[in-house]
Amino acid sequence: MAVTEDPLALTTGDAAIVERPLGVLTRPQGGNGWRDWLSTVDHKKIGIMYGVAAMFFFIVGGIEALLIRVQLAAPNGSVLSADIYNQVFTMHGVTMIFLFIMPLAAAFANYLIPLQIGARDVAFPRLNALSFWVWIGGAIFLNSSWIVGGGGADCGWFCYSPNSGLAFSPSHGVDFYAIGLLITGIASLVSSANLIVTVLNMRAPGMTLFRMPVLTWMLLVTQFLLLFALPVITVALFLLLFDRLFGAQFFNPEMGADPLLWQHLFWIFGHPEVYIIILPSFGIISEIIPTFSRKPIFGYSFMVFSGIAIGFMGWGVWAHHMFVSGIGPLSVWAFSMSTMFIAVPTGVKILNWLATMWGGKLRFTTAMLFAVGTVAMFTIGGLSGVTHALAPADTQQTDTYYIIAHFHYVIFGGGVLGLMGGMYFWWPKVFGHMLNETWGKLHFWTMLIGFNLTFGPMHILGLQGMSRRIDTYSPGFGFEFWNLVASIGSFVIALSVIFFFFNVWKSRRDAPNLPAPGPDPWDARSLEWMIPSPTPEHNFDEIPVIESDDEWWHRKYGYDENHNVVRVATVEEVAQDGSATGVHLPAPSFWPLVLAAGLPLIGYGLIFNLWLCVLGGLLTGLGMYAWALEPVDDPDADHDHGHDDHHDDDDDDTEGAEAEMADVSAGDEEA
Amino acid sequence: MAETTLVEEQAHDHPSDWAYVKIALLLAAITAVEVLTYFESAITVFENNSVTIASLMVMMVVKFYMVAMYFMHLKHDNPLFTRLFAGGLALAVAVYVIALSAFEFWA
Amino acid sequence: MATATDAAVDTADHGHDDHGTSTGISNTKLAMWGFLGSECLLFGGLISTYLLYKTRRGPGPENTVIPTDVFDIPFTSVSSFVLLMSSLTMVLALSAITRGDHPATRAWLLTTAMLGGIFIGGQVYEFTSFIREGVGYTHNPASSAFYTLTGFHGVHVSLGIVMLMSLFVASKQGKLRQEHSETVEIVGLYWHFVDVVWIFIFTVIYLIPVD
Repeated sequence: MAVTEDPLALTTGDAAIVERPLGVLTRPQGGNGWRDWLSTVDHKKIGIMYGVAAMFFFIVGGIEALLIRVQLAAPNGSVLSADIYNQVFTMHGVTMIFLFIMPLAAAFANYLIPLQIGARDVAFPRLNALSFWVWIGGAIFLNSSWIVGGGGADCGWFCYSPNSGLAFSPSHGVDFYAIGLLITGIASLVSSANLIVTVLNMRAPGMTLFRMPVLTWMLLVTQFLLLFALPVITVALFLLLFDRLFGAQFFNPEMGADPLLWQHLFWIFGHPEVYIIILPSFGIISEIIPTFSRKPIFGYSFMVFSGIAIGFMGWGVWAHHMFVSGIGPLSVWAFSMSTMFIAVPTGVKILNWLATMWGGKLRFTTAMLFAVGTVAMFTIGGLSGVTHALAPADTQQTDTYYIIAHFHYVIFGGGVLGLMGGMYFWWPKVFGHMLNETWGKLHFWTMLIGFNLTFGPMHILGLQGMSRRIDTYSPGFGFEFWNLVASIGSFVIALSVIFFFFNVWKSRRDAPNLPAPGPDPWDARSLEWMIPSPTPEHNFDEIPVIESDDEWWHRKYGYDENHNVVRVATVEEVAQDGSATGVHLPAPSFWPLVLAAGLPLIGYGLIFNLWLCVLGGLLTGLGMYAWALEPVDDPDADHDHGHDDHHDDDDDDTEGAEAEMADVSAGDEEA
Repeated sequence: MAETTLVEEQAHDHPSDWAYVKIALLLAAITAVEVLTYFESAITVFENNSVTIASLMVMMVVKFYMVAMYFMHLKHDNPLFTRLFAGGLALAVAVYVIALSAFEFWA
Repeated sequence: MATATDAAVDTADHGHDDHGTSTGISNTKLAMWGFLGSECLLFGGLISTYLLYKTRRGPGPENTVIPTDVFDIPFTSVSSFVLLMSSLTMVLALSAITRGDHPATRAWLLTTAMLGGIFIGGQVYEFTSFIREGVGYTHNPASSAFYTLTGFHGVHVSLGIVMLMSLFVASKQGKLRQEHSETVEIVGLYWHFVDVVWIFIFTVIYLIPVD
């Protein structure tokens, strides 16, 4: 909700002492204590929590990556057993994709979408909190298999059957994989519906769809991809789970089933997933590059439409992951063609970024370096991708390190570098101080060099015939040198990540001695830069009326009679000062957390003891019931908006009707 | 067909209860015909398998369309809803038809 | 499901804000339609799985019976008809509450839930008789796919019944007022969607003959 026009109350903190029958689950009245974070429905706090959790799992996945590289640094590596190696590379992939990149993109989406469209929050703030808690529950559940599940999943991140069956993977790892991804999938689905409604329905007056920043557009396309791709992997994961838990026969060839079904379902989801990972990063650099080129994005509508085109075409290329699985010549031909075509809209984007920089007044800040690095590295990944579109070449490359090289250039080079650039760019907006540029540039260059050292040689290894997913190799195949280089490179990446964390710490420590960044430290273009840094709790003092794209830029700059850009106003003159009071915000709630806590219990119950399912179901049901009974606006909070409060008692009696409805959803989770 | 005229009477408002009943009666009639195809002896054309399948599919689409358009009000509601739902539906049909084709399902 | 219902919970509290949205349509309804679009891909996957496997018999005598061998079309036709008619009663419930006719609303809600209950009862009967005839869940890909598909649909219907009964109780307590008609509409959309899925399943899974 949080529709902006409502003249509502900001909690003022000096509310009268009221009866608090709920004890610890009583609503906090604003602030920054731990209870405020656990119960927040503020899209900014939720975004920050997504970011922090994602960076934590980046470390987890990174340690797994280093283990892999240590094992492969020399022939006959013996750091990991073959079994543990399988688990480590599987969990590395799953962690990096589902627990690092996707939630980090969700962090940007949560934090920035409402700001960029001029809204006070997302359409359903409590659902937003639910998405985060469900996701983190699923993430913890997934990783808990190391401790209670007899090890991680060991079937590779795409978990092909029959490898994923009980016969070849008898530990509980795959069960944790399936249930964990189902839970995080619920989170992403809820969040995607929420953000789609937010973008479509919560825009500021005048903010037409084609005035939205490219980042918001790319995030919108991403949410649509999530909305439609997640049910497909949900089906696949349920089938796998039923095979393993209840003895169903979906993937057992002995009983007449077809293991290729898994591959199709997985990749129907899996290929849109690639764009789910990459489009947020494309959006981020589409904000960074114009800002630091002092030019509007070149070909805005081409940028938007090519993003939409990628979203559509991403659904028609999935079988290029399966060229060697015997899908037949016609399928190979068709998917080969569609895969070549999808390079076109991507190429359009790259050309537009280059054209934006062309003739611009470039400023190579850390954020800009990351953005340019993203374009360059993604281009390499895109080119090696085109080589996969050629089925004969792909036949040679499948399951070799060439593939590993390709998708790391796309996902790390295109995705992670862009997200890192986004951190440097929006850090002052989120935390109110800049990240140190010197350390930032050190971070960028070590990361770029380490990245190329690690994944560049894998092209060569792959073409030499080194298979992916082997736990070791014998000397004499010519693999030694490049593997050693790759392993050294991986530690250079680790060093760059340490630089980043050091920078975060140092910048925070130094911040009090440095001038505050102000609302608009980069001389940027979109709406989030017209409000103070860090963003005030209510976002906008008053909702701006939008008159053009790059609205904020046009409030600062105009044209003289020779059509030269001239400054017409200082930031101080046109920025908001964040001083508004009495802005109504949705009240915090603990119930999304309680509801979400039930889901991992149901998961453990399915694996270990069905009674736990009952417990989890009850907890989820309780969360929903209490959620629905709780008014969105806290009646205990001190409303200071007196006479024009048209929030009558309506709020309270709607709840009754909804109470039972929540119950319904409770049952659903158990299903 | 009958349902278009009876809805046109209602102009832009939702159909009346009686209109809903008429739509339901039509749906029931179509269902009856569908079930008849199972009892091949009742109607001779349904002894031919491809005729049966084709007519069953047509009847299914008509029923689907009527429920979505009238009971779910897509016909009278904001076109954005239709686009969102039809988008998901069309995507599902396209993707799964292609996937089944890859299994040579139609051969 | 969770998505949509929670969404309903979130904005039903704020029905009066709908006029403030950029598109002028309600947040909840938009979220619900998006969710239904998403559900198309869920059921599409399950239906495709069944279609792919519908004639796959397992080895060994105990695994050879597949669902199509034991379909009872007249029985399923009746329960399909019952579910179809529940869509009519659902739409009449919505029509009643928009008029502010609460007794009629409750009557139609209850009728819809009962028709749904009859359908579920029929499904339970169908499952037990199929199992008695040798079609076990684990016997072959065809049976696994059949029970999973129809089971998912059955769970959806059951959740719909719980929602309808919740609305019924709320109405009984006087909490479901005329201005809350959108809540009924949202539940109705879900209910009709489940019906529409069954229209598809009934034709494609039950009626189209298998050679």
